[in-house]
Amino acid sequence: MEKFEYKSAVTGLGMSEVGRRLMRDPMALTVDACLAAMEDAGLTREDVDGVCTYPGNVPGAGGFSGAGAHDLIDVLRLRPNYHNSGLEQAGQLGSIVTAMMAVAAGLCRHVLCFRTVWEATYVQLQRTGKIRYSGGGGRLSGGMEYRIPYGAASAANWIGMFCSRYMHDYGMTKEQLGQIPLNGRRNAALNPYAVYREPMSMEDYLSARVVSSPLGLFDCDVPCDASVAFIISHVDAVKDCRRGCGVGFEAIGTANTERVSWDQGDLHYLSGIDGAAKMLWTRTDLKPEHMDMAQLYDGFSFNTVCWLEKLGFCDVGEAGAFLEGGQRIARDGELPLNTNGGQLSGGRLHGYGFLHEACVQLLGEGGERQLPNGPRTAVISSGGGVPGSALILTAP
Amino acid sequence: MSKSIKRPLPLLTEENRFFWTSGADGKLRFLQCTACGNYVHPPSPVCDKCLSLQLEVVPVSGRAKLAAVTVNHQMWMPMIEPPYVVGIVELEEQESIRLTTNIIKCKENELEIGMPLEVEFEECEDVFLPMFAPAAQKSKS
Ligand SMILES: [Zn+2]
Repeated sequence: MEKFEYKSAVTGLGMSEVGRRLMRDPMALTVDACLAAMEDAGLTREDVDGVCTYPGNVPGAGGFSGAGAHDLIDVLRLRPNYHNSGLEQAGQLGSIVTAMMAVAAGLCRHVLCFRTVWEATYVQLQRTGKIRYSGGGGRLSGGMEYRIPYGAASAANWIGMFCSRYMHDYGMTKEQLGQIPLNGRRNAALNPYAVYREPMSMEDYLSARVVSSPLGLFDCDVPCDASVAFIISHVDAVKDCRRGCGVGFEAIGTANTERVSWDQGDLHYLSGIDGAAKMLWTRTDLKPEHMDMAQLYDGFSFNTVCWLEKLGFCDVGEAGAFLEGGQRIARDGELPLNTNGGQLSGGRLHGYGFLHEACVQLLGEGGERQLPNGPRTAVISSGGGVPGSALILTAP
Repeated sequence: MSKSIKRPLPLLTEENRFFWTSGADGKLRFLQCTACGNYVHPPSPVCDKCLSLQLEVVPVSGRAKLAAVTVNHQMWMPMIEPPYVVGIVELEEQESIRLTTNIIKCKENELEIGMPLEVEFEECEDVFLPMFAPAAQKSKS
């Protein structure tokens, strides 16, 4: 039986403006991205019969969620056969997998997927008193009660601890870790929508203020305002789209084999990565060495370390050596990594940016940052610490 | 309110109250499966090893070792001022049982993964927060 991944393809890409403190309504950003994706696919709203998003309208989400599925459906007066949103799924890209399944199940021809963040503006509104700080009043529950009372309030703290253990046991150096943000910054210089494009040296990286050891400022991604959207179409409907072709799906990995926890599992690698990475390679004959690029989640530099290793680009404990000098992950290296600058320099598009960049590159539409020699394959991922997912994409 | 809130605190429920108030007598407690001896954390109605529903609250030694650590330098909440040390500690009785906690009474340059620690409680309102300090030399015996 033909695998379900082959039933759908990415036919439309859309992105709003990306920036720090744009002070725009997040629904306006969402509409910009969604209309752009429809236009890119050559479709109208009458053609869209599915909607998927992450995380949707989550209470207390603040700048983490700019629009819910229901909000968008109403604003654009869409009439989907199927729609879905949720925080509890296989990472941000889990919502793309849901769209693929809706297509493969025959429920939809063209699913609109979107992810909107407005974290930079939200914080600014809080600081200026226009939105009241909603935390700090009530008591903690839902897992947070085991971390927040100790001031372990940020993923920088939780991930900093994993990074410290990994470095302690495997000897990865701060300079080796730093190749991930340095590589991102070099790539961001070629990306017109990246938030931080000015050059950064190893000295800049090492001397940046410590957020939560061993993580410094440039190990943490940049909160921003942006919306990214895609059209996921049935393969039979791809010919109706503007390009007449789409970016294909080769394999997905969504397995979650570990405790959903920030402290009860293996302390060397963030949870939610191992199962997804292993499952990915069971669904394809392709191997890591066949990947022409990797767009791997870098909410923190250490997330990428975990993905590189778990996806098999290097052996256990060898990520530091793999990253040494940064040549392997450079644009002209054996595995070009995060070619839009990732979230560390490009901006925290929160998972969707990796799919966007992979599609841009596979379609050959990268402009100044286009990888040479017509890349045919890409592996992308989202998550880590929370359940994640990974996908392999193929050029039309 | 008799005193100002020093930290954001856990919401006490019927399931977790024993854990967060355990320090009232200076002892740390966890759920343990009466069928297989497995400790369970966070509190849950079922043993994750054998799926027995027979769990009881038992005191433990309070000894643990440092499994992962970070020194936080950024202020996340106005009531807790940096720098401070956050660690994950592994329980002596069962190393898969971990707590994210503060490491106290330890200089930054003396923090070492694997170092022995013992519990000390900080009383905040109706909660006794377990924190961990370097184990006294004598507790080796
Ligand atoms: Zn049991």
